[in-house]
Amino acid sequence: MGTVAAVQVPAAGKRTQTGDVIARWVAFAFAASILVVAILLVHQLWTSSAETRHKFGWGFLTSSQWNPVTEDFGALPFIYGTVVTSFLALLISTPLGLGAAIFLAELAPPRLSSALTFLIELLAAIPSVIYGVLAIFTLVPLMRTTVEPFLKDYFGYLPIFKGTVFGVDYLSASMVLSVMTIPFVISVSRESLLAVPREQREAALALGATRWESTWQVVVPYAKLGIFGSVFLSLARALGETMAVTMVIGNDPSIHASLLAPGYTIAAVIANEFSEATGKVYQSALVELGLVLFCLTIVINALARLMIVATTAKGSKRA
Amino acid sequence: MNKRLIWRKSVNAVMLTLTGVFTVVTVSMLFLILGALVYHGASSLSWNFFTKLPLSAGEAGGGMANAIVGSVEIVGMAALIGLPIGFIAGIYLSEFEDRHFASAVRFVADLLNGMPSIVVGLLAWSLLVVPMKGFSAVSGSVALAVMLIPIVTRQTEQFLREVPQSLREGALALGASKWKMIVTVVVPAGSKGILTGMILGIARISGEAAPLLFTALNNQFWGGGIMEPTASLPVMIYYRALSAYDDWHQQAWAAGLVLIALVLAANISARLVLARGISVPRG
Amino acid sequence: MRTHMSKSSCALAAMLLAGASVAEAQNINGAGATFPAPIYQKWFGEYHTAHSGVAINYQSLGSGAGIAQLTAATVDFGASDMPMTDDQISKLPAKAFHFPTVLGAVVPTYNLPGATQPLKFSPDVLAGIFLGTITKWSDPKLAKDNAGVKFPNADIVVVHRSDGSGTTFVWTDYLSKVSPAWKSKVGANTSVSWPTGLGGKGNEGVAGLVKQTPNSIGYVELIYAANNKMEYGSVKNAAGAFVAASTESVSEAAAGAAKAMPADFRVSITNAPGKGAYPISSFTWLLVPVHIPDAKKAAALKGFIQWMLTDGQKECAGMYYAPLPKAVVALELKQLAMVQ
Repeated sequence: MGTVAAVQVPAAGKRTQTGDVIARWVAFAFAASILVVAILLVHQLWTSSAETRHKFGWGFLTSSQWNPVTEDFGALPFIYGTVVTSFLALLISTPLGLGAAIFLAELAPPRLSSALTFLIELLAAIPSVIYGVLAIFTLVPLMRTTVEPFLKDYFGYLPIFKGTVFGVDYLSASMVLSVMTIPFVISVSRESLLAVPREQREAALALGATRWESTWQVVVPYAKLGIFGSVFLSLARALGETMAVTMVIGNDPSIHASLLAPGYTIAAVIANEFSEATGKVYQSALVELGLVLFCLTIVINALARLMIVATTAKGSKRA
Repeated sequence: MNKRLIWRKSVNAVMLTLTGVFTVVTVSMLFLILGALVYHGASSLSWNFFTKLPLSAGEAGGGMANAIVGSVEIVGMAALIGLPIGFIAGIYLSEFEDRHFASAVRFVADLLNGMPSIVVGLLAWSLLVVPMKGFSAVSGSVALAVMLIPIVTRQTEQFLREVPQSLREGALALGASKWKMIVTVVVPAGSKGILTGMILGIARISGEAAPLLFTALNNQFWGGGIMEPTASLPVMIYYRALSAYDDWHQQAWAAGLVLIALVLAANISARLVLARGISVPRG
Repeated sequence: MRTHMSKSSCALAAMLLAGASVAEAQNINGAGATFPAPIYQKWFGEYHTAHSGVAINYQSLGSGAGIAQLTAATVDFGASDMPMTDDQISKLPAKAFHFPTVLGAVVPTYNLPGATQPLKFSPDVLAGIFLGTITKWSDPKLAKDNAGVKFPNADIVVVHRSDGSGTTFVWTDYLSKVSPAWKSKVGANTSVSWPTGLGGKGNEGVAGLVKQTPNSIGYVELIYAANNKMEYGSVKNAAGAFVAASTESVSEAAAGAAKAMPADFRVSITNAPGKGAYPISSFTWLLVPVHIPDAKKAAALKGFIQWMLTDGQKECAGMYYAPLPKAVVALELKQLAMVQ
């Protein structure tokens, strides 16, 4: 890019240049509006959460109280719920997604690979409410009547499988999130794997490796950064998922060790309680939770982008 | 030696089959989801569903006409706001040299892209609902527009960059000014990709419920226009699904089927547009 | 392609804006309690059919939301089963009246497969279950009141509200009156710190959860249990009798209050005296600003309230609510005249 400036604009008179200047400034304004929106977002989140920031300070992040009556608020149960459900979701979707990505990048013929990838990316286009509807009417009864009693009977000695079986709990929320994050893991990992130069594979095969060994011990490590990037990207998505999670997590603002217990996430509590938050402190607490989520998402997204950029640059440099 | 080889070969076979299984599992989830929606929802799709207003639970004959129209209204306004901004911002990033600013905008656009939609809803609430002292379709549209802009910006920039330099240089050599070159040569060349980005962006925001929960709220009736609370399909689905009435659950399924049909139709047509006619080779 | 798209979007916008003004409907927005939502929605629907120019959009988001939105002035009226506290009233931007609309009952609804007859609940049993001190259906305290019922040895799944709810207020107000332990540990409000259980959004959410979860118990407005064909138990009242919620038992609970209604209509009738009184009954209120700036809106809303107090009351019994006592209606019509 960059050679455009070097081309001589013919001296057709001032009119041409004014047109260009106007065009440039208009376009600049529109592009700058994106920065303005982001700044507004941070500003609004910051100012609307002033009440609780001053009242609780950093203690907001460590307190597990959530009492609208006494106006005592703490973010810990929601941070806990958000982190637990997201991590568990990734624990499930990463191996599955990576496996599928390997198949699509290394084994499947190109036309089949594109077709299947297209179908998988359609999964990402399904709105969150619809995942929620499916979860509430099909997944939750299944969990409550079959899966969770099974887990409780056979593994109930583990603290993560203790307690009453509700159906709506951390586990169900994690299962829904895993389905929602798989397409991202697959899509980005596949791209990263495809970006690995041919010579790497050929070298491994030439040395006598099996297809799997070449993939697992050479290609995947080479694309490692991109794969991590895909995981972080999915993590960012999972952290912010609202509708599907709020329909199946049980809405209990406390911390439970058991996965079979109901919980709450940041996004879910904002969705549920925002319209009824009476009083400035209550509202401010919810906005501050939004601010926490915002910061978490930014950090994780930024890391994800850096990793993905690094790996595709690495691949194309050597190509 | 032989044993080791057999072991390695079996590991090879097993793992590769496993990856195939994972792929099949993932793809089949799409069909399971569609199947469940058709199975549960198709029977509730009727003329009433598309033309009547919602009735109280237990009364037969209600529909979601206002939610369908409301969604069109809200998404339409969001598109009116978001598409031009995203499009022109994308042009700036691609065509005008400004390294640091452009990197900043790109980075911020990507961050906004990954922003939880509920946080965007909070922004629209504080900027519009509070000062205007009321819920409105407009505030919902603004929230959705904020989500739409980064998608369109990045897509536009990406496809404009793929237009070969030769086209630009040719236009300039013939005496065109820069903006004329962009409008008459570069944009049309990248139009298919840009259009794809727009369609995908609109499909994405039309399924969002979270940003509308406390901006456009909901409405049992047609609503009084864009400054009043307005029903939308995703929000209706949410409330109906959470209710205790079976007929409202049926409505949630039916509405879900309608919504997913629209979203998938948009996605599929966007990909077809892209596949059919990129006149430039992908990088 | 782009010009085509922008042309049609302009046309759409013009159509919608034009449509909005042509309709000329008086749009009124309200939000609040889910407790009376079924009859409110019926009323607003009927009123719209009879007066096509008035569309009252009511969102049943919970009593907490009703009060919050009215305080933020984002809605034209609110609705709540908890009368506003002095503190909440002081935060309102403009003075508002409480208008009782119906009487209703909050019932303990449960999902106990194998229960052959409706269960009877003593006050201390209800308090114990919701405090988390009674954890199994097989607890002897339950058996004491329910001879002949075979209880499973299963955990009790408690369901409560996750949102700010007037129904919660009525329930906890009752429990605070009958259980000192509850009063000191939890208290009464639209939103409390629940010792145990799942949270459902709105009466609908609680009913939905109880209906889908075996061995669960929750509290909902009577119509939600009745409409969903869910079992609900009778509760021991102050006079010692086990009474089931009904139009008659709720009306009896309100009898005493009707005679001595305070001027602002804020009153609690839980654990009311009377042999046949249902102990967990309550009024529910519309919160209407005293002064409504838009004259057309004021007229439309006043028209509705007038209709509601006279014709609308006839629908109560059919929907498991109890109509307002006549003495109360007379007082309300006087208050209505003061709304401008």
